[in-house]
This record gives sequence, C-alpha cells and structure tokens, in this order.
Amino acid sequence: MKATMIKLTVVRKNRYFDSVFLMQVARRISGEPGISDASALLATPANKKVLADLGYGKGAEDKDFADAGPNDLLIALEGEEAAVRTVASDPEAWLQRPASASPGTGAGAGAGAKAGAEAGSAREPKSIRAATEVRPDSTVAVISVPGQHAAREARAALERGLDVFLFSSNVSVEDELALKDAARDQGLIVMGPDCGTAYLCGAGIGFANAVRRGPIGIVASSGTGMQELSCLIHAAGSGISHGIGTGSRDLSDAIGGISTLTAVDALEADPATKVIVILSKPPGRRATGSLMERLAKCAKPVILCLLGAAAVSAAGSAVGPAPGPAGGVITTSLIDDAVEAALREAGHPGFAKSQRSADTLTAMAAAEVSKMRPGQRFVRGLFAGGTFCYQSQAIFNRAGLVVHSNSPLAGMKELADPTASVESSFVDMGAEVFVEGRPHPMIDATLRRRRLEEEGKDAAVAVILLDFILGAISSRDPVGDLVGTVRAVQEMAARRGDHLCFVASVCGTDHDAQGLAAQNDALTDAGVFVFPSNAQAAAFCREIALLLAARKEKP
Amino acid sequence: MATPLKDLLRGKPVFVNVGVRDFADALREAGYDVVHVDWSPPAGGDAEMAALLDDLI
Repeated sequence: MKATMIKLTVVRKNRYFDSVFLMQVARRISGEPGISDASALLATPANKKVLADLGYGKGAEDKDFADAGPNDLLIALEGEEAAVRTVASDPEAWLQRPASASPGTGAGAGAGAKAGAEAGSAREPKSIRAATEVRPDSTVAVISVPGQHAAREARAALERGLDVFLFSSNVSVEDELALKDAARDQGLIVMGPDCGTAYLCGAGIGFANAVRRGPIGIVASSGTGMQELSCLIHAAGSGISHGIGTGSRDLSDAIGGISTLTAVDALEADPATKVIVILSKPPGRRATGSLMERLAKCAKPVILCLLGAAAVSAAGSAVGPAPGPAGGVITTSLIDDAVEAALREAGHPGFAKSQRSADTLTAMAAAEVSKMRPGQRFVRGLFAGGTFCYQSQAIFNRAGLVVHSNSPLAGMKELADPTASVESSFVDMGAEVFVEGRPHPMIDATLRRRRLEEEGKDAAVAVILLDFILGAISSRDPVGDLVGTVRAVQEMAARRGDHLCFVASVCGTDHDAQGLAAQNDALTDAGVFVFPSNAQAAAFCREIALLLAARKEKP
Repeated sequence: MATPLKDLLRGKPVFVNVGVRDFADALREAGYDVVHVDWSPPAGGDAEMAALLDDLI
C-alpha cells in the first residue's frame, strides 16, 4: 500500500540559529528515509511566503504558522506521514550541533569540541561589545546575521574600532554608505555587504580556498571572482598577499568606491604586496573617475579587471575604461587575463592558460559537434558562482552569441522564468530566487541537481556548462554531489540517440580539503571536459556554439 | 582603539564572529583566534525598535 504523503510545519518560539546551521539541519532531515523535502528557517515574512507558496502552513495542525515571527524557528516537512511525524515529534533532536564540527582553539573557543550549539552559548559573549572586552586585541568583525540586523552589528563593530567583513546581504544602499563613511573616518574598512570571501594575512574568511601567500594583492567586489583569481595565481606557483572584498555595490556611483580606495591605499603601503589586482563589474561613471585618478598615482603596478567591460562597450553603452593600457594601469575584462598580467608584473614565469591552443579548442569542439544530432542546438549553463555566470555571458557576447539569463549582461536576454531555460540559457543558481530559504548551491547541490535533470530531458540541448567551487564552507564534495546525475543525464541522452557534451571548471587548489585533482578526476572519469578556469570552459562552449550556429545556417 | 586596515595587514588578525558559526570554526581550524558572539535578534527581532534603542543609549 502506498504511504500517505503529508506536509507539516513545526514552530519553536524564540529560537535563533544561524542560517548555515539551519541549512545543515534541513539537509540532515531531508536525508531521512521517507522525507522528501525539509526546510529549517527563521519565520521571517519572506521565508513564510516561500513556504506558503510551496503549500505549507495550510493544515489544521499548522496553527502556529500564521503567528510565527522572525524570532521563531520554523521547520517545514514533506514526506511519508510516519516519517514526518517522527521528525516533528522531537525537533530538538535535530537542532544539536554535531560534536566534530567545532574543534575550538584559541581564546573564546566557547563552542569547543564537546560543546553543542546550546552548550557553547552559556560561555560566549552576547554582543560585539562584550566580545571585545573578552579580547581587547580583536581587530576584525565577521558579520553574517540576517540582513535587517547587519547594519546595526556593523555599526557596533566600527564603534569598537574593528574592521568589518560583512557577509550579510539585503543591507540598504543608505546603510552601506553610512557605514563606509564612518569606517573611512577612522581608517577602517567595511568589506561588503554581500562579501563572500577575503584573505587577511593568510586568514581565509568566508568561502575561501587554501591559497599560497605571495606578492599579489587582490581587491574584489565578487567573492567567487576573488576565489578564481587567487586559485589561478596559486596554480601558477605564485600567491597572494591579501585579498580584500569590497561588496558588489562598492564601485557604484552611490557608494563611490570607498572600500576599494581604502583597500588600494592599504595594499600600496603593504611591503608584502608587489602588484595589485582590482576585480569588479564596470563601475559607475563618477566612481570610475575617482578610481582612475587614484590608480594613476599608485606606486605599484595595478591590473584593473572589469568583467564584461568589452561586451558592454560593444553594446554601445560602455561605462568605465576599455580593456588595454590606461595610464599606468593595465585593464582586462577576463579573470584569466588579469591573472596572466599580474603574474607578469610580479615577475613570475608561468601561467596554465595556454594548455590548449585556440586551434586545438576548435578541433575539439568540431569533434564534439560532429557527434551531435541536428536537433541539438543549445547551450545551458548552470552556475553556482554568479561571477562565472556573468563572465560566461561576456565571452559569448563578444562572439556575437546571445543567451538568456536570470542575471543578464547588457545585450543578453532576460530569462523570464529563472526556473525554466529557453534556447541557450545561463542560470545563476545562487540568485535570491533560488537561495531564499534554501542553501546556497556552493553548499547544497539539490536544486542544481534537479535543474540538471530537467535540462537533460530537453533534446534540443547540445552542451551543459557547470562550475564547481571548493574551499572552506563549501560542500565537502561538490563534484560528487552532481556527478551521478551527470552520468544519468548522459545515459538518458544517449538512449534517445543524442550526444550531450558536458563542460566544467573547478575553482580550487591542491591544498583545499576537497582536493582539486580528485575533483577534476571525478569529472574526467565521467567524460566531462574539464578546464582550469571558467573563462576557458566558457570559451570551449563558445566554440561549440559557433559551430552549431554555422551548421544551422547551412542549406 | 581602531585598527586601520593598513595596520591590520601587518599582524595576525583576531576575529569577532557574529552570525554563522561555521565561519568561526573555519578560522579556528586554520589557527586563528576567534571570539564567537552568541547572537540573537535584538528587541524581539524588531530592527526598527533596536535602532530606536541604539539612539537612546
């Protein structure tokens, strides 16, 4: 007899847990036999709406759902009735932190190896002010509280003289500007909001890879961009001095590049930094002016990587300088080119970029296309890193190819429904629509795996482009999370007579816990074309797309 | 006392972590000192009320 499937919500009043911990709780519950879906969230209005849209909170037993507020924890369960009721009967059992997760060293390690999420609490300070009394020598606040509370905590940190790494998103432009003004007055920096990654004196903060220290300093508005830059520099045998995140809006005219300019000042003064790389989307016009004025006076070589700048320029709405030399500043529009220039300026000999020549790429692409049926015409990119989605579009745009995207570059088409691809589509799976109430795809591959299955059913698809991001906080096995589905989709395509080409890049290093070589090998074993960077993977897909377009035009 | 970014880059940072506990764990595993704040939403989760209280204090 088929088991009865139910949806049920459980509310725990006045219980706060951080979002990543709740993601892990949801994953553990989802892995239980009989549970088909589970969410663990704070009951914010936005999260409640997401769950209501999924059909939760409507039953007679969901009486607490309507009254639950942002201070309350909400667990939503779907699955076989017996399994759902078992979890719902003892939610506290799922809210204990696994003992191995907190090795705890150094002062203030209240959440030590034995301490659960609850046990550690009693010994930990309750505020930033109290924390700085425990350790008056504290220097950096790492803030990842929900967005509506983030500015308050950042203000408290600045008042205590701390520099700020602000991971939280959903901070208003007004708050961002006020925080950055206040920081600048004290010589401090606010990295963020929405700052994913930083490296300070060898300490990787947030989504960070295990990279070697060296002469290249990075200032980046994008977390995955910072990761790709630093991993490619590491792969070439060099390293980074510091990596300073600025937040995605820092070089907008509204903010004026306050954190970028503070970071440039600091790296210029830093004896360990020989070369400075700045990575951003094309800045606002006014911000461009002040940035270029400052960089022209910089005593160290500067590489300014403006992602998509050439593409925007080609579309006739350029902001920011075009790629090429501009004063003493070298400008590029691709991360790989920035790495190459930085290594050259640092006097470092090697870069892995030229492993495959353009002719080889074209020949490889032609061999793939020759195996495809005429109905296979489109490229689908499913990205965990928003910067990789953006850079891939820039590479296609420059070749005159148009794709749909939920995060479209100028000249590309908006994907009306982010959950359904159209023709060639590049999807940023880390966009708000996919991560609200869900783990980020760098942590949890569930949504990307489901999307991959959908793409595989479409006989018009020729190529699927993926990215994998290793490092701290990321999934313990990003490739392993998806490779089984890659194989299944390949087999499904083969059964209908299609040859489906998979292309991927892995952002990581040999020192990351996941192991770059092992991740690459797992993809290669599954027949995936693996490239050392997103730009190279996207360029290979571009070659295939151009050949497919030419084939279509033939009579 | 404030630690300007220029000075921060010269020494070993000491962190205060507010929010996601995994960030503190990752830094500790890498050998850095971290004070984790046992944070909960202020004033019953009401950000506007918290801002008003901040102004009064």
